[in-house]
Amino acid sequence: MNELIDALMVLLVLMNLRLLGSSRLAACIRIVATEGIALGLLPLLLVWSQTSASSVEPGLSGRMIFLSVASVLTRGVLFPWLLLKAQRDAKVRREAEPFLSYPLSIIAGVLTLVLSFWLRSRLPPSFASGPPLLVPVALSTILVGLLVVVSRRLAISQVLGYIVMENGIYVLGLALVREIPALVEMGVLLDAFVAVFVMSIVTHHISRQFDHIDVDQMDSLKG
Amino acid sequence: MTALLVNILLPLILAPLLPGIINRTKAVMAGRKGQPLFQLYYDLWKLLRKGAVYSRTTSWVFRAGPMVALAAVLTALVIVPLGGSSAPLHFAGDLILLAYLMGLARFFIVLAALDTGSAFEGMGASREVTFAALAEPAFLLGLAALAKLTGSLSLTDILGGLTWQIWSFGAPELAMVAAAVLIVFLTENSRIPVDDPNTHLELTMIHEVMVLDHSGPDFAFILYGSAMKMWILGAILVQIVLPGTGAVSPAHLGVSLAGMIGLAVLVGMVESVMARLRMVRVPQLLLTACAFSVLAIILVLRRS
Repeated sequence: MNELIDALMVLLVLMNLRLLGSSRLAACIRIVATEGIALGLLPLLLVWSQTSASSVEPGLSGRMIFLSVASVLTRGVLFPWLLLKAQRDAKVRREAEPFLSYPLSIIAGVLTLVLSFWLRSRLPPSFASGPPLLVPVALSTILVGLLVVVSRRLAISQVLGYIVMENGIYVLGLALVREIPALVEMGVLLDAFVAVFVMSIVTHHISRQFDHIDVDQMDSLKG
Repeated sequence: MTALLVNILLPLILAPLLPGIINRTKAVMAGRKGQPLFQLYYDLWKLLRKGAVYSRTTSWVFRAGPMVALAAVLTALVIVPLGGSSAPLHFAGDLILLAYLMGLARFFIVLAALDTGSAFEGMGASREVTFAALAEPAFLLGLAALAKLTGSLSLTDILGGLTWQIWSFGAPELAMVAAAVLIVFLTENSRIPVDDPNTHLELTMIHEVMVLDHSGPDFAFILYGSAMKMWILGAILVQIVLPGTGAVSPAHLGVSLAGMIGLAVLVGMVESVMARLRMVRVPQLLLTACAFSVLAIILVLRRS
């Protein structure tokens, strides 16, 4: 089963790189939605791999399935719907000039991966159990999210970076504590949902007020 | 003896067929009849019987370019195995020799293009070198990942040692190396997402514009050399994607040859459904290939 989880992690890395190299907002939103769906399935795969390995642990519980479905629905359906709506309202189709050019972003993305693998090798092996790719990919996803937040100009891109960071933290959480309490998990999902909801409304208002959603130009308001 | 036959004679005879298959695929996809499958053979035969025209501004570099390029590619043919058999010449580290033989061939074509003093050819040379400089790390890093995975430094052992067992546990990294090599294959052979082999607008051409001034046998050498280069890179790609059982068998050779034809059909289909990328987007595509290779190396290193 570990091969499947490895493949999922590699897929996550590839989607992160695709996000870094893509300028079309709609494509970026769809990539993040696909990431969300893949991550929603991750806890189920982890439980499955454990039961098939030891065959004494309890299998899928209703709670796990509920959390997984809630996660897929929020990250894979609700977020992209809100963001695509905000993007349509703001009438922007592509990020014109990011602070870091797309080829450089891809290189930076690969560097975050190298850094994450190095960090993982410095951490004690007891830091996290389970598939070996989980922790480094989670760290690299968090860094990629951060990179998107600081290197893009448009408000929507920054929201996407925030969601990617949240995805990374989610994977890290799964690697550290296999059984995240349902209450905590629901709280995180709700927080993320409210944040994306509020930010898409903010984006809408920014675009109504200033005819663009270029966050960089808002500096000039200060005078 | 059979190794010599398979690895030298087969490519020498069959390599010019690949562009023919690509063109036929494109013609069928577009609903045309298309040129004959053996068009490149006819072209080569026609060009070899003609005389060459040399401009007075050119020096010996211009005449040496096509010959050195063809010689380098033919040497590369000796170290690349096909169908699980071992190459006539193999030693530890020949994968680096392969990369540099390709580099030598390109270097002399570029020199010959610069030697004409034409602005167009200089522009084409500049583009070719820019893209090659980005394609080479992707290719070498991808081969390095394979070398680490199979634990050998010779192309024969790497490609012969790739088996379905390795695919069963190393599918992610092998798939990434294959994707990187496919992008390098399209770049090095100036196929469509990078360069359009059919275009005759000098401003958009990359490879074709460099060889505009060559004529007669020199041009035949260049055409034959690029067909051979396509065969070599294609053979590597096909053997990554279709590994054998580790033993030499005629069946595996047949599968590899079918794979080469399949690759040519795939390239034809890519060219039918895709447009050429804008020139500024090409480095991004090649960097993606590099990223694939680096990712594959990281994954392979993690396993050991």
